[in-house]
Amino acid sequence: MLRDAVVMAGKDLRIELRSRVATNQVAPFAVLVLILFAFALDPDRGVLARAAAGLFWVAVLFCALLAIQRAFTVEASDGARDNLRLSGLDPAAIFLGKAGAIAAELALLEVILGTGVVLLYNRSLHGPVLLVVTCALATIGLSAAGTVYGALAAGLRVRETLLPLLLLPVVAPVLLAATRASEAALGGTTGDGWPWVRLLGVFAVIYMAFGVVAFGPLLEESS
Amino acid sequence: MDSVVVHLHGAVSLLGRFPALAGVDLDVAAGEVLLVQGPNGAGKTTLLRACAGLVPVVDGEATVLGHDLRKDRRSVRRHLALLGHATGLYDDLTVADNLHFVARSTRHAAAPPVDEVLARLGLAGRLASVQVSRLSAGQRRRVAVASLLLRPAQLWLLDEPHAGLDADGRERLDALIVEASRAGTSVVMASHELERARPLATRIVTMAGGQIHTGTRAEVVGVA
Repeated sequence: MLRDAVVMAGKDLRIELRSRVATNQVAPFAVLVLILFAFALDPDRGVLARAAAGLFWVAVLFCALLAIQRAFTVEASDGARDNLRLSGLDPAAIFLGKAGAIAAELALLEVILGTGVVLLYNRSLHGPVLLVVTCALATIGLSAAGTVYGALAAGLRVRETLLPLLLLPVVAPVLLAATRASEAALGGTTGDGWPWVRLLGVFAVIYMAFGVVAFGPLLEESS
Repeated sequence: MDSVVVHLHGAVSLLGRFPALAGVDLDVAAGEVLLVQGPNGAGKTTLLRACAGLVPVVDGEATVLGHDLRKDRRSVRRHLALLGHATGLYDDLTVADNLHFVARSTRHAAAPPVDEVLARLGLAGRLASVQVSRLSAGQRRRVAVASLLLRPAQLWLLDEPHAGLDADGRERLDALIVEASRAGTSVVMASHELERARPLATRIVTMAGGQIHTGTRAEVVGVA
């Protein structure tokens, strides 16, 4: 199954490398969001600094929506989804591969956004381990939930507008927990952040397990 | 009679509430090349997609390559190849990338190397490294035909296989169909290009209203 997942993730990442949508559109969009927040809150630098973690994760969430939409749009063109169903790849491996590719893109975007937060919002980092673990678990959770709901919406005509409606309420706990844990990492009170990291871990495990089990029927029913 | 590869008896498939297959009876033997002809909306595409396990059969008997499609329509898919109206290619990948993905995902040990497949379809050289989005419709079709050779197929399901291909592409496809049939692969082909498809067929059936009307080749050709 892992071999199939690597094949699937390799294909998705190759598509992104060739099309350059992630680098030429999603990454600039992410930076633009940070800059707009900075413009909106600039008169009060204190508010901007205090809200930095939340703004970072809202920007990540917007980028995740774009990456998830993109991951399923490529399967919708010219019957590619049927070929995927005929390929012989294990549906669980397709799920892991797609989620893995989305997670890799998000991780890259988080590095860019993190750099932007440090430069634009004037924040320093006091708990690097907590921040890295927070980002890793939140990224896995967002990717797994996004892949599940992306597949659910993929077969529908209104998928572009439906996906945010389905996904954003579901990932609200990720936004909350990742923001609190990141605030703790940025503020130097790392002990306050670990309980939120546990919540992120539980969310990631639940959606990874759910995706592995449910992706096959989802792929069939949404076709 | 040779071993039966496709067995349908009273098979019913629905598109929404509409019975696109309304009690189909059909047997296809190993190595047989079956041409399914009929007007638009007769159910030819649904028949092929049902045999591929992409459309559920909700009533009747449906066995393909020994797999009961009523119980499990997923496991049969890795043993067959479908060339549909759509090419199933990824626009942002190159021709070679697309075929390498098919080869890796099907894990067909006896499949020819991708380079050999590219050469057989006239896609070798510069064309192999061109993004699919930059190809003409006919070239895209050639790539889709090439992907047939990379699948471990005991059964080829071809929906309007000649559509969009130029004269050279059609010659190459015809040669592949004859070769596959000689190697024991069964071919079920739906086509409106009867002058092209009839000489390839060992048997012809006509579909209308979601049902198959059988007869001898001479009778059916005479009727169509």
